This record gives sequence, structure tokens and C-alpha cells, in this order.
Amino acid sequence: MANVQLRDVHKSFGATHIIKGIDLEIAHGEFVVFVGPSGCGKSTLLRMIAGLEDITSGEISIKDRVVNDLPPKDRGIAMVFQSYALFPHMTVRQNVGFGLKINNTPPAELESRVNEAARILKMENLLDRKPSQLSGGQRQRVAIGRAIVRNPEVFLFDEPLSNLDAALRVNTRAEIAKLHNDLGATMIYVTHDQVEAMTLADKIVVLEAGKIRQVGSPLELYHKPNNLFVAGFIGSPKMNFMEVEAVSSSASGVIIKSADFTEQRIPVAKGNVKAGDKLTLGIRPENMRADTKGDLKISGKMELVEHLGHETFVEAKTKSGVSFTGLIDGETLVKLGQDMALSFKANDCHLFDAAGEAVHRLKVPEIVHA
Amino acid sequence: MQISGSKKLQNSESTGWLMAFPATAIIGLFIIVPFLLGFYFAFTNQRFISPNPTEYVGTSNFHQLLDLGVLTLEPERDAATQEIKKDASGAAAYPTVRSLTRNNSEMPYYDGMREWFSWHSGDNIKVVVARDVVFMKAIVNTFLFVLITAPLQGGLALLLAMMINQKLPGINIFRTIYFMPVVVSIVVVSLLWRFIYSGDNGLLNAILGFFTFGTFKPVDWLGNSATALPSIIAMSIWQAVGFHMVIWLSGLQTIPVSLYEAADIEGATGWQKFRFVTWPGLRNTAILVLVVITMQAFTLFSQIAVMTQGGPVDATQTIVFQAVQHGYAKQDIATGSAISVILFIIVITISLIQRYLTREKLT
Repeated sequence: MANVQLRDVHKSFGATHIIKGIDLEIAHGEFVVFVGPSGCGKSTLLRMIAGLEDITSGEISIKDRVVNDLPPKDRGIAMVFQSYALFPHMTVRQNVGFGLKINNTPPAELESRVNEAARILKMENLLDRKPSQLSGGQRQRVAIGRAIVRNPEVFLFDEPLSNLDAALRVNTRAEIAKLHNDLGATMIYVTHDQVEAMTLADKIVVLEAGKIRQVGSPLELYHKPNNLFVAGFIGSPKMNFMEVEAVSSSASGVIIKSADFTEQRIPVAKGNVKAGDKLTLGIRPENMRADTKGDLKISGKMELVEHLGHETFVEAKTKSGVSFTGLIDGETLVKLGQDMALSFKANDCHLFDAAGEAVHRLKVPEIVHA
Repeated sequence: MQISGSKKLQNSESTGWLMAFPATAIIGLFIIVPFLLGFYFAFTNQRFISPNPTEYVGTSNFHQLLDLGVLTLEPERDAATQEIKKDASGAAAYPTVRSLTRNNSEMPYYDGMREWFSWHSGDNIKVVVARDVVFMKAIVNTFLFVLITAPLQGGLALLLAMMINQKLPGINIFRTIYFMPVVVSIVVVSLLWRFIYSGDNGLLNAILGFFTFGTFKPVDWLGNSATALPSIIAMSIWQAVGFHMVIWLSGLQTIPVSLYEAADIEGATGWQKFRFVTWPGLRNTAILVLVVITMQAFTLFSQIAVMTQGGPVDATQTIVFQAVQHGYAKQDIATGSAISVILFIIVITISLIQRYLTREKLT
């Protein structure tokens, strides 16, 4: 079973501390996505698993074997790079078979394994071309082929779709998902694109400044973010945050108020929240509606209106100067500069304490636990 | 008004020509005109200063330089028995080369030729004769110089570049050290190395003597026909290796790091990474370095002029040195020009061959 374990892993470049203690369990066959803003250390962490970067302290094991001091080729991994890293003077066939060739694989076996990889990726017709004669998507496919042919226990992907155009990215994303299904291998995938993370992952690891902020399934992260960072990072457009004050708290929820809201009960666990605490209310733009039927109402002057057809993205500012956004029905009549009220359900709200940690929601959609 | 003024200047053709004139004139006067004149003079009897008018002489300058022939010397035989005459020591007697190449109306082509080299072929001796033996030696020496310098200098420069291309503290100091000889004039370098190579108390002899505990017998490196050319080759390689190192270095830095990482993941050894990543990535750089070294090597002159003047016994004669000797020392501009034309043809031929051999092969 090719599980991957990280135990208190640290990495420093000179005096700069990049990875600040990572503990993570990845089960066999899992598709794990490392996601986070640039500079959060996600690529460094992947390269440490690959063996391209030393580990300053801690322990990484693959298949229950500590690999800290093993060279990349002995770790049972294969890696796909953002820049493809194809050898420009070799044909596709030579690129895919490179690792087998330098490890003295018999020619007949090499040939059949390369052909098998080409068949899986439907690129038999490209085998005799040079990388310069291929499109970006084809190059990425060759890079994946070079990984497949090694029969690795663990696939590592370092932002593999970043250099592709939008349409191709969607296709290749689907192909990678299919590949994971077919091969059943463990895959670790780094991206800064949360759509890739949401669509591909069994488990998302959100990193910020060298630390894990939350690990969970995509829907868990979406519906139950542990903190303000994850809440703001997962979901697009970004979640709205508004300063509120706790009026009282009980087992059925916390009652909040602000300059823009009347008092309202939010169904969250009582936790440590006391009356008078400064809290942050989080509400996703897609939970906003263009009427006043919701539990909480907020009105403001429209500062940005983007008609996307099936929905309309709006950005508005309340009288007290708070900005908020909403994704509302595409047929709603709304104009720039117009005063308008939006509303949302108390059940859809998130609350965060002064330290930015989430106050546990009492009502989460069933699908999270499905 | 100012805008329309400058617009006018930009559109004016005559202004453009005026601006280009100084550079065009200098390039024309010092490069294009001499180049064309060289071709013209090569077919005349032009001298540096001469009261006689210049005449067209056809290809005679080239014949004078390049004519070769092979003579077969048969041993003298007894008229009656046809047996080879032997002297007291048992050696056969042969006619002299001079007897065949001087005032010999039967073989007018060989008139004035001198022996270049010879070998035994059965009882006979084959003698290769040349009209200008010194020029022949110059050609051979120049080719030797190119054939040894190009691979050694190129290879050494690549080795240095790969050592320098590491992220180690203080690596810039080494970069500077290796590059230093390049910025020093070759004339100064040659003068300094004359002291190093000096026969009586040169640095090289002293060092070799020190490391062999005095058993090494001092050599007059530049005064010995066996060591003079190798000594100049060694110095020339040392002097320009830094320049080519920098070119290699720029080539090395264009190879993406991710290619090495991909090779690492596949388990490539150091040699395999060089063979499959570095060397293919340096293709274009290699062509450039090879062509530049070859061209520079063919024009070997300053080192010879400063260190040996072509000696000893013509062991370090080179094509360009001969061109200068003929053109200025002997004031024979025509022969000097002919030599330049020959060099031009050699260099352009070799460059074209190199370009053909290293061309991008389409698959």
C-alpha cells in the first residue's frame, strides 16, 4: 500500500523558514491536492516528497519506509512538472522511455511499456515527434506518459495545468481524474487554482505560510472552513466578511447585530462566544438573493454590476461603508448606482471569533457527510 | 514645430545616409577595400614600394607558393652489371635533389624546387619537393595548431564552465581568475611566457626541476624545434580558454533546471545527465565555440611574432606569419595577398564543412 506520511517536516533555506512543521497522512490511492497562495510552500513540500529538496528536519515515509535520505529514483515516485521538462532533442518515444533506457530495461519490454503508456494517453500517433512539434496539451500528455511508464507508487504533479489555456485545462483536468480512476495510484497534486483542487481532490490540504490550515474533502472545506483563511481561500467569488457583535449566545446559536443588520440568531455552537464579543460573519456571494425573503437583509449602493447571463455578480457598499458582493439571479434588474437590498439565510452563515477560528456550524448540508 | 522638425529629419533620405556615412566609410576603407584589394594584388606582381608599374601575372603567385612534386631518386648502378653501387660503409649512392631541380631542361616544372620531405620506397627514394618549403611548413604547422587547439581549448573551457556553474561561495573569484588572461593583450602574455619558457632560468624549468628533485634537465622550450610549437599551443590554450568558458557558461545557463530534476527522478547518473541533458542543450553553443576557436587558431600570428619569429628551423612558421613576412618584411605585397587569399579559402571551406556537419537534422 503506497501511503505517504509526513511527520513534523521542516524546511529552511538558510535563515528563511519555509515549511514550519507539517504532519500529514495520505492513504493509498488517495488524490490529495496541496493548495495555497504563492509562496505558501506547497511546491517545496511536493519537491521534498520527490527528493528534489532536502528535508531540514522531520520524517517523510512512502509505503511505510522512511525516504529522507533516498534519491528520487528509489522513492517509487514519478513527477510531472509545470514546464513539462521534456528533453527537447528526443522524440516522444525517447522521452517516455528515457528512464527505462538508462536503467537498462530490455528493448522489447521498453517498447511495450512505452506503447502501453501511449495507448493509455491516446498519443500513439505522436510517438515519433519532437516536443517542439507538439502543442502545450500534447506536451503535458507526454510528460504524464513519462510518469506512467515508470509504474510509480505515487504520482506527483507540480501545477501541471498552469501553462495551458482555459479550454485545454478543463480537458486535461478531466483526463487526470480519469487516469487516477484507472490506475488507482496515490496522487499528490499542487495547484494555486481552487477549481482544480475542488474538482480533482479526495482530500485538499490548504497551506498558508508553511503551515497546514485545514485538511478535508472539498465540500468539507467549502461548508465547514476551520478559519477565516480557508473560508476566504476556498470558493469563488470570495466569501463576504463583515464585522458583527455578539448580543447573546445559547445552545441554539449566537445572536448577532451590526450597524447594517438587525439582531438575528445564527445557528452555531455556543463555544466560547460571550455577549459583546467582536465576531466576523461570513456569507458566500452565491448564498445572497435579490429579494428580502432571507433571514438577514443588507442594502447598499451598487458599485459594480457584471451580467454573466445565468447569474449576475454585484458589488455594493452599505451606508456604514461595508462592501459586500453577491451572485444573484441573472434575470434580476439591477443597475450601477442603484440602491438595492439583498438577503440571505441564517443557516448559510459562518461565524469566526476574534482569532479567526470558526465557530462550529450546527447546520451543514447533508452532502458534506455523504 | 519641434515635432514636425524631427519628423522631417526622420523622413529625409539624405540625412540617413549622412548619419550612416562615418561608419560605412570606416568599414569600407579598412575592411571591404583591403579585402577586395587583396584579391586583386594576389594576381599581380605588386610590391610595397617599386619604381616599376604593377603587372597582371595570373596565378603565378599561387604556383610559387603551392607547387608540389614528387621525385623518385634511383640509386646509381654499375653500367655493366646493373648492380647498385655501394660506398665503403655499404650505403647506396643517390643523385642529389639539386641535380634534378637546377637547370634541368628535361623537367622544367621542377626547376627551383627544394626538398620538403622524403621516404624510402624499395631501393628508391621518393622525395616530395615544393617550390616554397617554408610555406608548406607554415600550412602544416597552422593545421597542427588548429587540430590540437580546437578540441583541447573547447573541452577545457567546457570543463571549467561546468565547474564554475555551481552555486558555491566564492565561485566568482574563480570566474575572474579564469577570465583574466583574456583581457590581457596577447602580446603582453607572449612576452611574459617567454620568461616562463626561458631555457636557462625560466619558471617552467625551475618548477619541473623542483618537483623532480633536480633530475629534470632544463629545456630551452622555445629554442628547440620539437618543443617550440607545443609550447606555443599550450600558452594559446591557456590564454583564450576563459573567453570560451564564458560562452559555454552562457549556454549552460539556458538549460532549464527542471530538465536536470526530471533526469534525477528517472535516476540518471552524472554522466547520463551530461550526455542526455547538458550536451544536447549545448549544441548551438558548441557550434559557435568550435567555429570561433577554429577561425582564431587559423590566424595565429602574435605569439609567433613575439616569441619565436617562426623559428627554430621554421618549426613555428604559420600562414599569417608568412603573409606578414612576405608582405612587409620582404615588401612583396603580391605574395602576402596571395597567402591571405589562400587562408581565406581554407577558413571559409572549413567553416562551411563545420556548418554542414553540425546542421540541424530534420526528422
